[in-house]
Amino acid sequence: MSLTRNTAAELGALIASGEVSAVEVTQAHLDRIAEVDPQVHAFLHVAAESALEQARSIDARRAAGEELGPLAGVPIAHKDVFTTKDMPTTAGSKILEGYRPPYDATVTARLREAGLVIIGKTNLDEFAMGSSTENSAYGPTHNPWDLDRIPGGSSGGSSAAVASYQAPLSTGTDTGGSIRQPAAVTGIVGMKPTYGGSSRYGVIAFASSLDTPGPFARNVLDAALLHEAFSGHDVMDTTSIHAEVPPVVEAARRADVSGLRVGVVKEFAGEGYQPGVLARFREAVDLLESLGAKVVEVSCPSFTYALPAYYLIAPSECSSNLARFDGMRYGLRVGDDGTHSAEEVMALTRAAGFGPEVKRRIMLGTYALSSGYYDAYYGSAQKVRTLISRDFEAAFHQVDVLVSPTTPTTAFPIGERADDPMAMYLADLCTIPANLAGNAAISVPCGLAEEDGLPVGLQIMAPVLGDERCYRVGAALEKAFEDRWGGPLLKEAPSL
Amino acid sequence: MTTTNTVMPYDEALERFEPVIGLETHVELGTTSKMFCGCPTTFGAPPNTHVCPVCLALPGALPVANDKAIESTIRIGLALNCTIAEWCRFARKNYFYPDMPKNYQISQYDEPLCTNGYLDVEVDGRTVRVEIERVHLEEDTGKSTHVGGATGRIQGADYSIVDYNRAGIPLVEIVTKPVEGTDRLAPEVAKAYVTELREVMRTLGVSDVRMEEGSLRCDVNVSLMPRGSTVWGTRTETKNVNSLRSVERAVHGEIERQAAILADGGRIVQETRHFHEDTGATTPGRSKEEAQDYRYFPEPDLLPIAPTPEWVEELRSELPELPTVRRRRLQAEWGVSDLDMTAMHNADAVALVEATVLAGVPAADARKWWMGELARRANESGTSLAVLPITPEQIARVVQLVASGALNDKLARQVLEGVLAGEGSPDEVVEARGLRIVSDEGELSSIIDKVLSANADAADKVRSGKIAAVGALVGGVMKASRGKADAGRARELILEKLGVSE
Repeated sequence: MSLTRNTAAELGALIASGEVSAVEVTQAHLDRIAEVDPQVHAFLHVAAESALEQARSIDARRAAGEELGPLAGVPIAHKDVFTTKDMPTTAGSKILEGYRPPYDATVTARLREAGLVIIGKTNLDEFAMGSSTENSAYGPTHNPWDLDRIPGGSSGGSSAAVASYQAPLSTGTDTGGSIRQPAAVTGIVGMKPTYGGSSRYGVIAFASSLDTPGPFARNVLDAALLHEAFSGHDVMDTTSIHAEVPPVVEAARRADVSGLRVGVVKEFAGEGYQPGVLARFREAVDLLESLGAKVVEVSCPSFTYALPAYYLIAPSECSSNLARFDGMRYGLRVGDDGTHSAEEVMALTRAAGFGPEVKRRIMLGTYALSSGYYDAYYGSAQKVRTLISRDFEAAFHQVDVLVSPTTPTTAFPIGERADDPMAMYLADLCTIPANLAGNAAISVPCGLAEEDGLPVGLQIMAPVLGDERCYRVGAALEKAFEDRWGGPLLKEAPSL
Repeated sequence: MTTTNTVMPYDEALERFEPVIGLETHVELGTTSKMFCGCPTTFGAPPNTHVCPVCLALPGALPVANDKAIESTIRIGLALNCTIAEWCRFARKNYFYPDMPKNYQISQYDEPLCTNGYLDVEVDGRTVRVEIERVHLEEDTGKSTHVGGATGRIQGADYSIVDYNRAGIPLVEIVTKPVEGTDRLAPEVAKAYVTELREVMRTLGVSDVRMEEGSLRCDVNVSLMPRGSTVWGTRTETKNVNSLRSVERAVHGEIERQAAILADGGRIVQETRHFHEDTGATTPGRSKEEAQDYRYFPEPDLLPIAPTPEWVEELRSELPELPTVRRRRLQAEWGVSDLDMTAMHNADAVALVEATVLAGVPAADARKWWMGELARRANESGTSLAVLPITPEQIARVVQLVASGALNDKLARQVLEGVLAGEGSPDEVVEARGLRIVSDEGELSSIIDKVLSANADAADKVRSGKIAAVGALVGGVMKASRGKADAGRARELILEKLGVSE
């Protein structure tokens, strides 16, 4: 039990010093999964055998005197949108049920190289489309704070796994907020790196120009260690940036904001925001000021158009990215009984294999790209994207980071927004601008909302390749809050 | 599916209508790896062995653009006198088809790499400038084979199989602007353009441009307008015309077909048409009404292509001597007339003659064989010179054998026949068929004696001073020796035996 309460950095040090073995750590987490995951349903696949095997190999390498990295032997839950050659990869979709990729995603390969032990694949909204994990074809994941509520999405399995101590670390992908929003509503840390800072090779694509792999952890330093472990240029992804990984671990250790200029985004407040969320957000801003930061209000007028622009660009790209799921080469195939043409088999397969939200977005995107509508929809959305980037640039002339609530509300009950796509889409209102501009942004816990006692997240946004600023501010805030709370926010969560 | 088209005879069609043509040519680049992954591109490998997660479009795979293919496309653009874009993007062309793994093709749309060029071609002694609209880079699809059914097309097939080896091979698309004013030479201009383009590709070394293997494929657009009109008619696009001769036939046939419809008061449907090699006819494919909406948008998985002006200039300065320049040089070196040079060019013989000359024989001899005997044989078998199973080196050897007196022209033709029939090298054929000129004086002498006694009349005439009659006797010797005698030596011996001197 106690080993599941340690941070990743602590576990790495314990394993390195030989105080505990990687096998013990892995087994402790496998036991925890067996104990709580029937209630939480964070995992789609638990890889007990291969995890123990990997842990044994780490122990053997350490025993042989090999110098291992800071996370060697630490278990990690891996979002089931990254390909893994030794585990099924489904993207939460029926169309890929039982699919086993012949290759590892770059992030997967780098986790293995860093000695991290992949204990399983986590649940997600189908093809990462959603904000609640209710769109998974394999059933919803439950929020450890309240099992009747959503854990956020699309990386809800990853957030719930870390928040319920089934893993100290997990991976996510963030296209419109799919790391930050789940982190916020489960009271943990989730980081969306600069677009291109982490490789998309082997990430089953939702929206290519937005998808960004990133880390989940229960504290800022752990997130930074994981960030550093899998980031950096990849020759297999030409959109990955040719640059050094920003000094995120150093920044997380520095944890100081004195003299830093912090901008509060004026547009992210008011109608639609839960009062308890705004109260905790203001408290966090005050705390930053008390730590020596200079706080100013900044206006980013085009952020108002981010949500509609996102819901044209992301579906447009997904309508094309998901075309390959046609039953011809892999995955589900329906209607192949000799009476249907190839075209009909494709249509039947896609009709049966995709869930309603995925179909909705494919249709939206197909329409937005069609001849005669392209300029009005996709074209205009790209212009908005440019304006948002300019707003960010202008803002970062005045301030070092921008802050906002991560999401307008705390975790909502499962089923509440399932039939109301617009209400669901609003969960990503504050997170989307950073995706459209490619900026770095993190969500860190900033307390519990008074009205429902559920976690609230603070979003810290930094310029492109300024990822370390997110960690620096996040870590300073975390330290100050933990002093105030007498420990991490997560200790307030009901025990499972 | 065979439909007979009503046609108007070509001459009549041209009296009443003026054609406008356009060509879209796809050239598979000869890079060692595919456009967006590291798979090899070699032709003829067992099906689905040159594949990987990227070109099979497995979930999560991403494309990485082949720099060499981009370089080759720029070189093609430069050779075609195009402007090279300083910044352009790939675009996705979305449509569902089983041989296209991603169900979109990475291509270029409104931002092609090369634009606004031209290629001059020579037809009938005049130079026609074919303007180039664009040259862009894309990827090839896999290859479907439709099994069962009569036509080999997907309609009516029992099942289809797909080979993805070709999927992702870099493909350059070269689109001309509409070519006006070619008049009745339209089919020849189309053919000359493709021939010239192919030579440019070969010279650049960017593709093996083998039409029979599909590494060069051509779509032919044709429209007609009434004489005197300046408004272009509705065009049709004939797909996948796969030989130079077919390019010519497709334009010819489409002019005749459209003219008949228009003369009858009909309307041309804007559609794609399929060319049938066997009949030269076309049958309708997709009409414009059924045309797909490809939902093009910039490819978000790839960075824009931004060749620096310095690099483009470097590539320009390194371009090899282009075919027209080369032909002019060779014409001067070989001392042949415009007409002969054009004939060689049209027969696709320039490179073959050049290679034969390089193998060490005089240009006149090389030209004589390629443009004579071999052109005749290619024509008879309906193929082209380049695909005849004989090499320039083998021709050179035959020329050398003739020059040394070991063969005469007649025997040489038999040697060529043997080589073409796969009997081996020229020397092997000479040996196996026993084609060497009879140089044994004794054997020749006894043949002559027999011929003289069998043709006493002719022998007498020669004795009496009518030396011209010796021709019949030489002919008799050649016949008796089955062509293997040295005619010159036979003549000398006959005159000697008859006691006549010239």
